[in-house]
Amino acid sequence: MAQPLIEVRELWKVYQLGDLEVQALRGVTLDIDSGEFVAVMGASGSGKSTFMNIIGCLDRPTRGAYHLNGVDVSTLSPDARATIRNHQIGFVFQSFNLIPRTSALENVELPLFYSDVPIAEQHQRAREALAAVGLMGREGHMPNQLSGGQQQRVAIARALATRPSLLLADEPTGNLDSQTSIEILSIFQRLNLDGGITVVLVTHEPDIATYAKRVIMFRDGVVVSDVRQQPAAAAPLAEAAV
Amino acid sequence: MKLLRMTMRTALRALQRNKLRSALTMLGIIIGVAAVITMVSIGQGADAAVQKQILSLGNNLLMIIPGATTASGVRSGWGGVSTLTVGDADAIRKECPAVANITYIKRQVVQVVYGDQNWSTVAQGSTPAFQKVRSWGVSAGSFYSQRDEDTANRVVVLGQTVVDHLFGPGEDPVGALVRIKDVPFQVIGVLESKGQTSWGQDQDDLLVMPFSTAVRRVLGTQFVGSVDMVFASTASTGELGAATDQITALLHERHRIQPNQENDFTVRNLNDVAKASESASQVMTNLLLSVASISLLVGGIGIMNILLVSVTERTREIGIRMAVGAKARHILLQFLVEAVTLSMVGGIAGALLGIASAQLVSYFADWPTLLSPVVVTGSVLFSGAVGVFFGFYPARKAARLDPIAALRYE
Repeated sequence: MAQPLIEVRELWKVYQLGDLEVQALRGVTLDIDSGEFVAVMGASGSGKSTFMNIIGCLDRPTRGAYHLNGVDVSTLSPDARATIRNHQIGFVFQSFNLIPRTSALENVELPLFYSDVPIAEQHQRAREALAAVGLMGREGHMPNQLSGGQQQRVAIARALATRPSLLLADEPTGNLDSQTSIEILSIFQRLNLDGGITVVLVTHEPDIATYAKRVIMFRDGVVVSDVRQQPAAAAPLAEAAV
Repeated sequence: MKLLRMTMRTALRALQRNKLRSALTMLGIIIGVAAVITMVSIGQGADAAVQKQILSLGNNLLMIIPGATTASGVRSGWGGVSTLTVGDADAIRKECPAVANITYIKRQVVQVVYGDQNWSTVAQGSTPAFQKVRSWGVSAGSFYSQRDEDTANRVVVLGQTVVDHLFGPGEDPVGALVRIKDVPFQVIGVLESKGQTSWGQDQDDLLVMPFSTAVRRVLGTQFVGSVDMVFASTASTGELGAATDQITALLHERHRIQPNQENDFTVRNLNDVAKASESASQVMTNLLLSVASISLLVGGIGIMNILLVSVTERTREIGIRMAVGAKARHILLQFLVEAVTLSMVGGIAGALLGIASAQLVSYFADWPTLLSPVVVTGSVLFSGAVGVFFGFYPARKAARLDPIAALRYE
């Protein structure tokens, strides 16, 4: 077996809130291989978001080791972590987090702006990413001219722009209706199957988790179950075929 | 380079999104820079005008004035007693190496008559070196020569004011015959107009004739060889001090002045006068400048204030940028560029406004203004520096945000 993409050992995260010590993660150990589609589940306060922040290199563990692609990233400086986020990780958020009054294309170009991709190639890559999520022809639209599903697809395109190996989605369907949610999930599935991108998706909705190949359940800062399953097939995206 | 260009674009877009706010923020800088440029232009213009007037008396000029003698307790003022002589002037020429040219004058108010016109003016008898010492050329005809001096010819060079009062328009004064104290003189030249002195005296209201002519034929003399004033000039400004010392020492000796006695002459350095007035106007300019700088400072604080608001408003955007790979310095640079863009655009607009208002002031108020490119570029650059200085704190605040907290910010 090749080296796992994500290798987490005895991960602890302890917050100090005044006198109160909050143990958000209490010794999480797991591997996620390249090409997996993982749903991370748990109630709020279970530590799943903290876990996401750490594997997304937005945060550092208090104790424990985290290797991404064989590199120990738990001890890197903020700048080095920014580079890792830029090159290897794409983020999709619940509230889309597009920059307002900035066109879809420019939103998608944002990570490229901080990368070393030549400027001439940036437009091309951003267009490709938008096409991959079925938004060709919407490059000039502002976020407020797009529906929620479309905005989330712009966000996915942005996550794909630097061609990362890992896509992290934090409640990506939390603000969407069920039909649109399925459309978004079908994009994730396609990216996972056809693009070989590893997807880690945080959700608290069990029916969303059915689309994943593996479901990890968090409770009180520890992993309580880790199940592989046959994923449900999401309806193919109508617009994506265009 | 690419990063800077992209950052510029992002900054410009962010400023465009809030056009009115950006404009109002810039207003402080605009007013500050415009005020600095206008004030300095007026100050330098006034200074240059005063300098020009003072130096119009002659460049690197020393005036040696008789007087300040004590006669039985009564002290006469400058020029009160004719203690200077032609001999003194000759001695200065021979023995003071720092002095390049020297001349001396005898003067008196006279009535000059031409045809049915007459005019009261000051007649000055002076050697031909007058022209060199006072650096005063002729606008028509010529100045008298050493030959005229030697033979006491009745020739005269008129000041422009005298010409204006005696001769009708279009009438050529050169060659005309005028009578001064009933002595007929031939006009051989007209002096260039020098205008008023800073104390309002019309410098062109005079006529000049050879010293010998003045003494022997017109003005007479108190006692033989006495002069009213000696003018000495040096080749360069640097020699003025040495010349003053040499003249003072020489006259001290020649006039046999005891150590406890006051000098019976005064050596005045016109460059000192110019310098004094320069330092006075410098004080004034600095004062105006500091008032205007306060406006710049307030403008800078305005920029800082608006950037702090902007950082708070755009916390989420900062979080997004950090999540997709922006490093702290990218965020810092972005806000710094916004601050500098605000202040530089404000600075350039202020410079244009300042130049325009300086022109308006000189046009309507008729004050002389002097636009110095150094001040204009300097104040624009300074406004840029204000942007860096006041933009740094908000930019650093933005760069130090925690990406997780920033992403969750509502």
